[in-house]
Order: sequence, then structure tokens, then C-alpha cells
Amino acid sequence: MKFTLVILGAPYSSAASFSAWRFCRAALENNQQITRLFFYADGVHNTTALAAPPQDEIDLPAQWSTLIREHNLDAVVCIAAALRRGVLDEAERDRYRKQAANLGAEFSLSGLGQLIEATAHSDRTITFGH
Amino acid sequence: MRDILCISRHSPQSGLLAKEALDTVLAGATFDQSISLLLMDEGVWQACAPLGTELSAFKDLSKNLNVLALYGVDTIYIHANSLKARGLNAHELSSGNTTLLDQADTQALMRDHQHIFSF
Repeated sequence: MKFTLVILGAPYSSAASFSAWRFCRAALENNQQITRLFFYADGVHNTTALAAPPQDEIDLPAQWSTLIREHNLDAVVCIAAALRRGVLDEAERDRYRKQAANLGAEFSLSGLGQLIEATAHSDRTITFGH
Repeated sequence: MRDILCISRHSPQSGLLAKEALDTVLAGATFDQSISLLLMDEGVWQACAPLGTELSAFKDLSKNLNVLALYGVDTIYIHANSLKARGLNAHELSSGNTTLLDQADTQALMRDHQHIFSF
């Protein structure tokens, strides 16, 4: 089965992100396909490369990056949601003349059309929110 | 069967999720998907007259709801029990083109769509 996952929750504000990450891992272990991960609303905070939690706590942004890299997943971040929350890639840093970019290398910024398109090509779209 | 049902369950004053749900509906309609919007739980406040945006950090969404018809989203579905639970009635809805659904109709609406986005 083909799944699109929508992650709406920030990493440490609700169970949404961790539940989505566990679902994604379980689906892949059971030979299911992930059409696309779409990070939207507060879920864009999962895609920062600058999170530095204590070593005895789960580092969810890093866990997402690892899962995406290991399985070569398509991970899209809504650009409007990201910009208003201060998650920028290098192009947006330059466009808005900010001092830093923080989007993880495994993620790409794009529009809501990517969510609609992925849904049209998936058997199920599952939202993880609160 | 229609393509996508977007269920919006947060009030416009509680954060950006209500606006971001609405943006998703507009995106779906723009990409020629048959997409519907159901306001449920705290989400029913989106269809009511705004309390005054000067008291809120977030924009008034009621005007945006009225724009949906221009994108082919002809009606906004409202979960009637959610209205009732908040002491509201149909006369207090400021958005036009709304359809109130009871529990059975809400379940039927969900069954009639291939995908559900839950905001």
C-alpha cells in the first residue's frame, strides 16, 4: 500500500511527530511504500538541523533525517508554513536576507500542491496532528 | 466518491491551524481535486462572526470561507452537534453556503471521500 504522511505536530509539543516516525518505520519494515512525507503547520519544526536536545532524550529531527536518508524518502516541507516559523533553506535565507539557514539537508521546501499531488498517488494519506 | 475531505477542528483564535487547513482546501481545489471542508469541534467557530480581530493575533477567516465558492467548493459542511455543544445555532453562522450535518450525515460524508485530512 502507498502512504502519504502529513506531520502537523512539532517534535516535543505532542505525540504527533513520534507517532508518525514510528508509523513510517513500521510501514517500511513491512514493505509498504511511503509516497511522500509532508511536514506542515508546526510540523515544520521537525526539519530543523539546529535542534540539540540532551543526549538522554530522543532527537526527533535527527531521527527523521536518518530515516529519510536510509530509505531515500521524499520529504517535503510546506514553504509558507516554514518561512513564518523561521525554517529556511539557503535560497530563502538569501531571499529574505536572514543570517542563517537551518533546514536539514534531507528536506526540501515546496508548496501545498506537493501534498495534493502525493495524495492523488497514494492509497492512504494519514495526518498526525493534535 | 469525492477525492479529499478536510476536517478542521480548531478555532481561528487558537493558532494558525484553522488557516492552514483552509489553505489546503484552496490548494486542493486549485489542483482540480474534488475537495470538501467539514468544520467540527472548535472548528465551527470559523463560520461564526469574528469576535474582533484587534483582540487576536490571527486574521479573520470568515471572509476566506466565503471565497471557497469561487474555487468550486460550493458548500461548507458544519457538524451540527459541535454547534449545539457550544450553545450556537445556524442563525449565528456568518458564512453563507453552509450545510448542517447530523451524526449520520457526517459519517456518510466521511465514507463518500477517498482521503481525509484531519486538522
